[in-house]
Amino acid sequence: MGTFHHDTHPLHGITCVVDTKGPRVWVGRVATIDGTGVQLMGADLFEEAPGGETKADFLARVARLGFWERHGQVRVPAEEVVSVRPLGELRTAGA
Amino acid sequence: MPYPEELVAPMRQEILRAGARELRTAADVDAARAAAKKGTTLLLVNSVCGCAAGSARPGVVLALQHGVRPERVLTVFAGQDTDATARARQWIGPDVPPSSPSIALFRDGVLVHFVPRHLIEGRDGRAVALELVNAFEKHCAATA
Repeated sequence: MGTFHHDTHPLHGITCVVDTKGPRVWVGRVATIDGTGVQLMGADLFEEAPGGETKADFLARVARLGFWERHGQVRVPAEEVVSVRPLGELRTAGA
Repeated sequence: MPYPEELVAPMRQEILRAGARELRTAADVDAARAAAKKGTTLLLVNSVCGCAAGSARPGVVLALQHGVRPERVLTVFAGQDTDATARARQWIGPDVPPSSPSIALFRDGVLVHFVPRHLIEGRDGRAVALELVNAFEKHCAATA
């Protein structure tokens, strides 16, 4: 996993899912991950709402075809982050 | 802003040597799309991105060595030939977010398999080729 940049986080440049403690889940290319949070480039945001599409539904959709880059740069604060995992692994897992 | 052509040229050649035909203009894409209404067509959206394109091109090249393969192999270069790429994305479909590099497989002009960037990055060319070969066997066998 990772890119040809050897002085960066192993997930630098990889399209990842950043799940949060709340209803939000971000998808985008990782720029940096450090103690303050996750910086994404070219990201999309999904926000779960009662009766609507679930996080799992959204992730299954974007794992198959990709996502629209609606946000140029995003920082997700560390205290909100539950997990960071490559989007490509979701389809491998059958999402 | 496009990269210098001398930097991009080897990336074009890598896929052209494997038998792909490059579409440089929107008119090229229109003509190719019209010709692809019958049979199977692979379209590589090439890119400079080293994180993923460095696996996409070898993956396509390796997959094309398989006995079952699409009848036509086309390529556009994202960020370089912007009109052609935009028209190619229209062909791929309005519900498919732009992604480069990416690989689309059409049967009778209709998208039947799509490999977006996130399924290429972090993988080597053999893994990309394996996914393509599986798609070739599913969608190209009858017309190969």
